[in-house]
Amino acid sequence: MRSRFARKVRLMKSKKIKVDYLARVEGEGGLLVRIKNDAVTDVEFNIFEPPRFFEAFLRGRKYTEAPDITARICGICPVAYQMSSSHAMEDACGIKVGGPLRELRRLIYCGEWIESHVLHIYMLHAPDFLGYEDAIQMAADHAELVKQGLQLKKIGNDLMILLGGREIHPINPRLGGFYKVPEKKELEKMLEPLKWASEAALETVRWTASLPFPDYERDYEFVSLRHPEEYPFNEGNIVSNKGIDIPISEFYDHFEEQHVAHSTSLQAMVKGRSDYLAGPAARYSNNFDRLPAEIQEAAGRAGLGEICRNPFKSIIVRAIEVLYSCHEARRIIENYEKPEKPYIEFGPREGVGHGCTEAPRGLLYHRYRIDDGGIIQDAKIVPPTSQNQKAVEEDLRRFVEKNLHLSHDKLTWQCEQVVRNYDPCISCSCHFLKLKIKHE
Amino acid sequence: MASIKKPKLAVWKFASCDGCQLSLLDCEDELLAVTERVQIANFPEASRAVIKGPYDVSLVEGSITTPHDAERIHKIRRSSRLLVTIGACATAGGIQALRNFADVADYVSTVYASPEYIKTLSKSTPIADHIFVDYELRGCPINKYQLLELLSAIVNGRKPNLPTYSVCLECKLKGNVCVMVAYGMPCLGPVTQAGCGAICPSYHRGCYGCFGPKDAPNTGSLAAWLARGQLSRDDIMRFFRGFNAYAEPFRKESEAHEK
Repeated sequence: MRSRFARKVRLMKSKKIKVDYLARVEGEGGLLVRIKNDAVTDVEFNIFEPPRFFEAFLRGRKYTEAPDITARICGICPVAYQMSSSHAMEDACGIKVGGPLRELRRLIYCGEWIESHVLHIYMLHAPDFLGYEDAIQMAADHAELVKQGLQLKKIGNDLMILLGGREIHPINPRLGGFYKVPEKKELEKMLEPLKWASEAALETVRWTASLPFPDYERDYEFVSLRHPEEYPFNEGNIVSNKGIDIPISEFYDHFEEQHVAHSTSLQAMVKGRSDYLAGPAARYSNNFDRLPAEIQEAAGRAGLGEICRNPFKSIIVRAIEVLYSCHEARRIIENYEKPEKPYIEFGPREGVGHGCTEAPRGLLYHRYRIDDGGIIQDAKIVPPTSQNQKAVEEDLRRFVEKNLHLSHDKLTWQCEQVVRNYDPCISCSCHFLKLKIKHE
Repeated sequence: MASIKKPKLAVWKFASCDGCQLSLLDCEDELLAVTERVQIANFPEASRAVIKGPYDVSLVEGSITTPHDAERIHKIRRSSRLLVTIGACATAGGIQALRNFADVADYVSTVYASPEYIKTLSKSTPIADHIFVDYELRGCPINKYQLLELLSAIVNGRKPNLPTYSVCLECKLKGNVCVMVAYGMPCLGPVTQAGCGAICPSYHRGCYGCFGPKDAPNTGSLAAWLARGQLSRDDIMRFFRGFNAYAEPFRKESEAHEK
């Protein structure tokens, strides 16, 4: 017995947790944690997704093309790219989209939040908590649950199809609004399904709250948009719980992308401070008071405070945001009056424009410089996953240090889960992150 | 039924946005039925379980852009009985093939601070430039019903029914008014392969060609009509140089309008 024990101790002294290809995330990434004498010596969240150079080939394209082109950065959150780029171009040209067109933009964003969040909750994240490799295995034991998730996801996609033409890379959004706006009666067809969706979302909040959560919290700097009246989708200041409150045009005055010693990845940080968290937990914690009372109550009943510091509980926050999206979509449809024109027509003018909206995974910032003919001279895109990359690594480091007693397999699985808490979208991030190419 | 062996399906990703493989998960009504007839053996976006090859069907998303990927695709071909490319990246090089018309070294230094870390090929190329491909599903993204048609054809041992005619036919079948004739909107429908269901004209905009060139397209004639409709040479060049920029008929037409 003694020798086996001694071997175990020796093994514990220096070990490595390595996942070559992370599953149930969007894109290609891996992770590596090195441990020596019960201390984590190195953490890497690797990105090996091939770069696609969007910022480079946007140069020379027309300003009107940015929404369609940037949508192709991500198949899961194309609307976020269409919205941030449209707002940036409108900002450059001095245009503001209001009234029913603004409401329709919120409505299509509701569709994307529902579709993306439900995919993550049911198919990518929940199997971790329940010990399944995937949702299909999970369906063998929990068929009704998985079917409910698929049905809920479909309602998000149906909103995308109705307003966008299709669920992936919608074709209908454009600068100034939409190519075609729906009749009120077309939208009203969604009211019944959305009523069911609200119930299912509430059920999802209750169910996710009952999952077993690891005991782990961190005092994050939450960064998100904040709007004077609304829970944020498209507009607001960039704020944090540690004192940031700035117009979106000042993004680069307060955030920077840095090289760090243990990684060749560019990582976003708050200037002069450290890593920060973008995404559902940040939005929720910064904007709890902007949620309708009944949703605040649902969060309370689920045992979620006004602030969520346990990243594993982001699954409950996503469920709350699905509930909010159903609620908001119904409000928009009930109050909708078809606008006279589907879009505001405008021409280009020389200048710089900023757009920042809340993608399902968090803040998505775009900046463009265009000439007087509307040709893009310069493009800068900062997606949520590159902003969260440093926070992911910090979580891994702290989580592993607290949980060294776990078996290697269990710890490896939980490390994967630490990454999946962020619903990382690696295809998005890698066009902007530096590649880590390891020669071993 | 239980005695019949399910075909093993694998899904592979190269340079892409994930949208085409997401189409499989977007089959909300059909997904569980699909898994009754097909064994999902390797699909990292959906599962951490990996069943070893060889595979009966491989779906390949994305284009080849790195030396490593140019090697990897051969391994995948060797372990696949049928190999199907899905989406404009895999079938034509995708939007990232815009690099093929530029100097990639400039691109690297535009996006990355330390270009020496980036290993990338000068061109983004379709899968069929590297290996033999059995079938292709077009689109940016693919149409999920075409994906279901493909899977059901494979399960039933028949050839998939995938049209090669133009978007115009789908548009007429839908009863749309021609946006080019009636409203003078630039439209790539006449030269673009059907499959999407003529979505763009149905939403009052011209087709932007995300399903790539149809069989034997007359791009020159369409370009002449676009020029009459007051598109500049640059506009016409950009119009053909989109999500299927490197598909040969579109590539040649865009190059013909380059300054």
